[in-house]
Amino acid sequence: MDSPPGGFNFTESEMSFTPNIQAFCCHYTSQQSLAEGAESLKADGMPENVTLNRLVCGGKLKEITLLKAFEEGADAVFFVGCPVDACHNKKGSERAAKRVLAVQKSLQELGLGAERAEMFHCARGFHLEFVEAAQLMHKRISALGPAFDGGSK
Amino acid sequence: MIIAERKPVAEILAMVKDAKKILVLACRGCVSVCSAGGEREAEILASLIRIGLKKEGKEAQVSCDSLVRQCDKEFIDSIDQFKGTYDAIVSTACGVGVNFIANLRPQDTVYPALNTSFMGGSAEQGIWSEQCAGCGDCILHLTGGLCPVVRCAKSLMNGPCGGSVNGRCEIHADVECIWQAIHDRMIRIGQSEGLDRIAPIRDWSTTSHGGPRKIVREDLTI
Repeated sequence: MDSPPGGFNFTESEMSFTPNIQAFCCHYTSQQSLAEGAESLKADGMPENVTLNRLVCGGKLKEITLLKAFEEGADAVFFVGCPVDACHNKKGSERAAKRVLAVQKSLQELGLGAERAEMFHCARGFHLEFVEAAQLMHKRISALGPAFDGGSK
Repeated sequence: MIIAERKPVAEILAMVKDAKKILVLACRGCVSVCSAGGEREAEILASLIRIGLKKEGKEAQVSCDSLVRQCDKEFIDSIDQFKGTYDAIVSTACGVGVNFIANLRPQDTVYPALNTSFMGGSAEQGIWSEQCAGCGDCILHLTGGLCPVVRCAKSLMNGPCGGSVNGRCEIHADVECIWQAIHDRMIRIGQSEGLDRIAPIRDWSTTSHGGPRKIVREDLTI
């Protein structure tokens, strides 16, 4: 089997695997993206298997919310918040990063792999980085495989 | 308050490997304040157990609830409300709570979710430090309110030891020399004459080395 672009060596099961990725983002990093609508986001390259969940602020992100996503079938989660030094609510983005870190530690402990949770910082409004974060996670988790069936050990 | 931290999830999963109905039971006392075993942490732990079991391909019912405290008989009695919902309790209380459940619920299986660490306080958000050893013979009135029993690495009664440098402990450089702090404070509050006192050899029989301690208050017993 030929190796796909990007240097990943996919098995046959991985080739057919479409990861369930739950994205969480604050109101400010997501507002323009959501305003554009699903079709425009898709045109920008947003993977269709990435589900957006909007929070009012990164400060409202709870560890349990990310863990519940895994219970409900997610293969990965990530949060997109404001830049650390430019959070609309001062500390929300920093707090979100702490929650993501806690989940990463737990996933590592459970043998699922810390890389199934990630924190991204994006400037307010629409930026390609928002879509690129989703693409990066899609690529990463497609290579890792399902969380609960032959995934990262 | 009692300070604790959660055990590694793998250790907890190993405890409950044969359980089919697991109750993660939070305590709304000290461990809730130090963010180790309150309702929020118990909910997280229950989720981690479910995820861990899912990864191992096992199935179990994992529920989550809380008691006001787990160190009083009347609150332990309220476990009755969960009857039939568990065959193992994972307590996120301190060791006292786990012992109380084991004492008072002889038929129940109970496991500790936390490592009970020490008696201390919150130095700043997310950081706790030990402040009291519970030695049973308090001398804080002689040391300016600062405890050499637990805050001196050598538990010296006549300090400092001579090894501290610039007010830092020679054993733990990130810890202040409490005897330096005691001297500074006694002078500051006008009790420097107390520093001339030589403490006699201490009677350690009030500490925990002689087995479990008990206090009986006859004015309160019924």
